[in-house]
Amino acid sequence: MSNAQTTRAPFDPAVLFKAIFLFVVAVFVLVPLLATVLGGFKSLGELRVNPFGLPQHWEWQNYADILFSARYWQLLRNSLIISTLAVTLTLIVASMAAFTFAHVRFYGSSMLLSYLTLGLLFPAATAVLPLFIKVRDLGLLDTYFGVALPQVAFSLAMSVLLLRRFFKDIPYELLEAALVDGCSYIKFFRYVTLPLSRPILATVGTITFVNSWNAYLLPLVMLNTDALYPWPLGIMVYQGEYSSEWHLILAFITLTILPTIILFLLAQKHIVAGLTAGAVKG
Amino acid sequence: MVARRIASSPAIGVAETSFSPLAVRGPRWDGRFTVVILFLPPALLLFTLFVVLPIGEAAWYSAFNWNGFGRPTNWIGFDNYRFVLETRAFWLALRNNGLIIAVSLAIQLPLALALALMLAERFRGAVALRMLFFMPYILAEIATGLIFSFVYDGDYGLVASIWRAFGAEPPHLLASTDTAMLAVLIVIVWKYFGFHMMLFIAALQSLDKSLIEAARIDGATRSQTLRHVVIPLLYPTIRLSVFFAIIGSLQLFDLVMPLTRGGPADSSNTMVSFLYNNGISRMRVGYGSAIGVILFVICVTFAFTYKRWFMRDE
Repeated sequence: MSNAQTTRAPFDPAVLFKAIFLFVVAVFVLVPLLATVLGGFKSLGELRVNPFGLPQHWEWQNYADILFSARYWQLLRNSLIISTLAVTLTLIVASMAAFTFAHVRFYGSSMLLSYLTLGLLFPAATAVLPLFIKVRDLGLLDTYFGVALPQVAFSLAMSVLLLRRFFKDIPYELLEAALVDGCSYIKFFRYVTLPLSRPILATVGTITFVNSWNAYLLPLVMLNTDALYPWPLGIMVYQGEYSSEWHLILAFITLTILPTIILFLLAQKHIVAGLTAGAVKG
Repeated sequence: MVARRIASSPAIGVAETSFSPLAVRGPRWDGRFTVVILFLPPALLLFTLFVVLPIGEAAWYSAFNWNGFGRPTNWIGFDNYRFVLETRAFWLALRNNGLIIAVSLAIQLPLALALALMLAERFRGAVALRMLFFMPYILAEIATGLIFSFVYDGDYGLVASIWRAFGAEPPHLLASTDTAMLAVLIVIVWKYFGFHMMLFIAALQSLDKSLIEAARIDGATRSQTLRHVVIPLLYPTIRLSVFFAIIGSLQLFDLVMPLTRGGPADSSNTMVSFLYNNGISRMRVGYGSAIGVILFVICVTFAFTYKRWFMRDE
């Protein structure tokens, strides 16, 4: 396959075909995104006649108004709080469980692990009505925890599996030696397992963060107060208010997906690893 | 009850299999006991409370006509299931999920595989293209849906301006029962092909290169190598990709809401948006739970059957 590179025939139709194919797909992916970013710089009138091209007059005002509005920052803040809660709790709870499953042999271990992995089999949506009633009865409706706790519960199965697989690779002799020297399991977990597992913790944290940051259904069901809305809910409300003022909506979309894109560029490795990791060996 | 029984079993087990704490070899039993008692309950509790119990309760609530307030008292047996199965929109939603799966298998998967084969090689720009193609996958479905509701907009959208350039009256794709689902399907391919491509790239990079070289040395052409060596080696990943496409289709919701909300006239509902529109937004707990249970049964049956038939060795 790599022959295409090394031989460098003067004209290879396969290479040309490949280039055209990649170009077409790249255009297919890029055009909607670029049109969104640029659309935010246009006036509504210009958007109508020129949705594709560069704006003739750059309307910085669209973006500035949103950036200086309390609303935008409040949405991001809410999303950040919920996602941070979900990530922190998932990492703590899942790594503790994964450690136990990886290193402690006890009767019922494999049964309990299969019990947890049941969570991989069905989407959260199937039981969202009883979940709503449960959260209501617990008094967590319309709180950040009412969204974050179910998110943690649903991310546990995958997180425990990923963490356990990594923890298992830590040599058992290390644990044995530590135990003989009088170190407890808990200290071993705290001072050996966790520091050695930063890559997988970062990966699991990133998956949980992205899922929680982008989530729509759970916050939609659990939250009633606008002031608590994370950005996917907020942007739907915004779109409802400015129904056909597309230039404002596009600017708002751009600014709300910006954090995701920045995070993606910064943490590419973890995101790609994380989002495909569960897949490679499920 | 179930939860309590399961949660208490490790403790009993540890006590039974324990031996003298003074034994030199092997960890001390009390250490194990402490860690099991401290480290497992949070995960088990959260999981039981928010994942397992709601599923059980869905089965229970589905036998009532209940609006969620007070206690469920109006027992109606299996009527909710009958109502669901008698709803035309339910079958439309099921058909749409089928369509999504068909498009995933017939268009998205071959596209992802072809791109992976091209981009798994090293050349300038390959990594940048991979990242570009993966990007739609990490965008929120809500944002994606809104972006495409602009793209499809009959007055301001990209599609409309292309139509106008040819002097035609721009269509309102999302507002017509004929085209709404088609429009949603295109967005699905746009958003998810990059994920499947990444799966294939990861698999291609961990392939045993010597098998490919051996085939080449034995005189296989490039397309023969591809067909008889590379693709068969990718079968496990292809099966996995199909699995994800199907499970993903069964939980698709966020993307549909900003585009069509399942409309017009239920023509673009998925199972979950049907559940939302008919159960959740109207607080018809019994009816909605029945839909949830049906969806649950579909997911679990599918997952087990698929694992048994296609992924036995993994």
